[in-house]
Amino acid sequence: MTDEPATKHVPGASRRKFLKGSAALGAGVIAAGTARAEGPDPLITEVQDWANAFGDAVDAAPYGTPIHFESHVVRRNVEWLTESPVSSINFTPIHALEGTITPQGCAFERHHSGAIELSKSDYRLMINGLVDTPLVFTFEDLTRFPRSSMVAFCECAANGGMEWGGAQLEGCQFTQGMIHNMEYVGVPLRVLLEEAGVKPEGKWVYAEGADASSNGRSIPMEKALDDVLVAFYANGEALRKEHGYPARLVVPGWEGNMWVKWVRRLGVYEHAVESREETSKYTDLMPDGRARKWTWVMDAKSVITSPSPQAPVRHGKGPLVITGLAWSGHGKIAKVDVSLDGGRNWQEARITGEAKPKALTRFHLDIDWDGSELLLQSRATDETGYVQPTKDALRAIRGLNNVYHNNGIQTWWLKSDGEVENVEVA
Amino acid sequence: MSKSLNLLAGTALAAGLIAGPAMAEKLGLGRAALPEEIAAWDVAVQPDGTGLPEGSGDVLTGEEVFADKCATCHGEFAEGLDSWPVLAGGEGTLKDRRPVKTIGSYWPYLSTVFDYVHRSMPFGSAQTVSVDETYAITAFLLYSNGLVEDDFVLTRDNFTEITLPNADGFYVDDRPETEYPLFSGAACMTDCGAEVKVTKRAVDLNVTPEDPDGRPAGTLPALTMAAAGTAAPAEAAASEAATEETATEEPAAEEAATETAAADPALVEAGQKVFKKCAACHKVGEGAKNATGPHLNGVVGRTAGTIEGFKYSKPMTDAGAGGLVWDADALTAYLENPKGFVKGTKMSFAGLKKEEDRAAIIAYLGTLAP
Repeated sequence: MTDEPATKHVPGASRRKFLKGSAALGAGVIAAGTARAEGPDPLITEVQDWANAFGDAVDAAPYGTPIHFESHVVRRNVEWLTESPVSSINFTPIHALEGTITPQGCAFERHHSGAIELSKSDYRLMINGLVDTPLVFTFEDLTRFPRSSMVAFCECAANGGMEWGGAQLEGCQFTQGMIHNMEYVGVPLRVLLEEAGVKPEGKWVYAEGADASSNGRSIPMEKALDDVLVAFYANGEALRKEHGYPARLVVPGWEGNMWVKWVRRLGVYEHAVESREETSKYTDLMPDGRARKWTWVMDAKSVITSPSPQAPVRHGKGPLVITGLAWSGHGKIAKVDVSLDGGRNWQEARITGEAKPKALTRFHLDIDWDGSELLLQSRATDETGYVQPTKDALRAIRGLNNVYHNNGIQTWWLKSDGEVENVEVA
Repeated sequence: MSKSLNLLAGTALAAGLIAGPAMAEKLGLGRAALPEEIAAWDVAVQPDGTGLPEGSGDVLTGEEVFADKCATCHGEFAEGLDSWPVLAGGEGTLKDRRPVKTIGSYWPYLSTVFDYVHRSMPFGSAQTVSVDETYAITAFLLYSNGLVEDDFVLTRDNFTEITLPNADGFYVDDRPETEYPLFSGAACMTDCGAEVKVTKRAVDLNVTPEDPDGRPAGTLPALTMAAAGTAAPAEAAASEAATEETATEEPAAEEAATETAAADPALVEAGQKVFKKCAACHKVGEGAKNATGPHLNGVVGRTAGTIEGFKYSKPMTDAGAGGLVWDADALTAYLENPKGFVKGTKMSFAGLKKEEDRAAIIAYLGTLAP
């Protein structure tokens, strides 16, 4: 399952299996092609400005930003979701991105009291509690520990939370966009804990941020010693302010709220602190009125990012690239299936690139679209054998008040005119 | 000589790091945390009372402190204004379609209330509630949830005697037992059920942010050949035209711009930073709406209590009717001591004690067009 051409994995027969009138497909493609070639293209026959005059000099943009043609590819928020934008969330434009790495500048943000400015020189990290030596590190101290790196997805536990009751928002940016995926470099939390010396009765690490919300979460020692990172680089450069500059926790596979930003203190305790963020929030209310707590792991999930409501098909019938993302907090994605008929029949998509554990994985399926309506779905299976469930299957167990951890299958209704809607089917 | 020795030592250290077992050896980085530093930062309070500071507070004091510091968002009776969190009531609603999750109905531990109020509240002015005030607020919240009488005094000693009603309402994640087996069979690939139909459409709810053309916000633009070739010049021309228009045909706007330019940019910038203290309640900028407080576009020079659609306190409306205009002097006095300047104002903001903060924020507010 690497990035070989789709035709090897999706033979024509199975690809056409769900399409009506496939014989007409070729004709449609040719028609579209000829329509574009009615006369000589002035973009080719006439000398364009960019072909005879200077472009920007090398000192025009010491730090580059996306070209203005891409100005629609930005984080967006949904104003009515929260009372104040400093304790709120915005969404990654995953409908407009490809590959797996999320650029920092458009990676979603979730703040509880706004994104703060904390310089490296003002930064301190304390480890205290049940340790041999309570320690304080400066940022420079952190840079002297051995480093490790990893690619990891960070998904808010509430990603898709607005969709529990039914289809609500138009676009995967809003329905699945509380997620980003970056390459981190930092110091393993284990190394820092070993420096302080964890006492045997220390079973939990309570990580706390330096911002006014002092968002804090309790992490069991087993996870803290496993793969948690105190990261200070993302995608090759310093973290952005909004992602916790100068240092944040990376807690691979676990809900984003635990990835404490501006991390300033690691308290080692015998028990969980049971902070506000792990009791009144980020607990999952079940139909019997009781609630699950410590639901840390993000289960396997996937979504087709294009076509999707914000990425309609404008080129008409013929070759169509279906692209999407899959991920699992339990490890690697083993395979992704795509359905064109709302889940009755499935075909295996191509995993493009390497499927890394607890990281976003890109999948593609290349089809010849005959212009008929499709009910597009994707379904991830991870290396544990867990298969992404339908929303109905989740609701049958968890009811409608669960809010968090909605990893149900998403349905997009691709209509003949190429427009796409967020729908549910039954 | 000594340099080469250092180099040798460095090489040995690096080699040691690469080898596995040496990883557990301490590097001697960082320094010991001092007791006062730990006391300043480790204020976490746990369900068993670990971390509770010495102190106490009663319900009636709590009611006063709550009215002063919390009620603007949470309401006088902890009922929650607008969409701010409801802190009281909600008993018996956890199975409803719209459960009301409050301290009384949902929260498992009282320690969480103390912990959160003490270090994260009030929103926008965190860590300004004293220990005794926190005990008092916590006592008031118990009272407003019907869990104690109005003469109750909460102390460090009786704290753990309180058990919240939903203490047993939580259980540890059981997905591995209750869900994973159900979702781990081989996935069906063909003829996996009857034909399906669309049953719910997001468009019916119509709550998605939209672009000006009515499409979902952020919809990718059409890639026609013409658009690709002409977008840049057209856009540049449009923005040039807009600039010209502002400069020549709208003297009012020009005036405002001049005024802005006259204000010390550094002061305005400083003011914008100070404004973060206000931004939770007051919206500014294009299309700003009233929120917990009225929007502040054009506030400088405006008559007090006159933004349409905002429910002011009676004293504020009266002050405006009596001729109070928000000029620099009035704003300075109000911002220094809101409750002193307009007795009975709804604004539960303690005020800006620093003169430079007040000057900066007034300079910033002056840049906000009506």
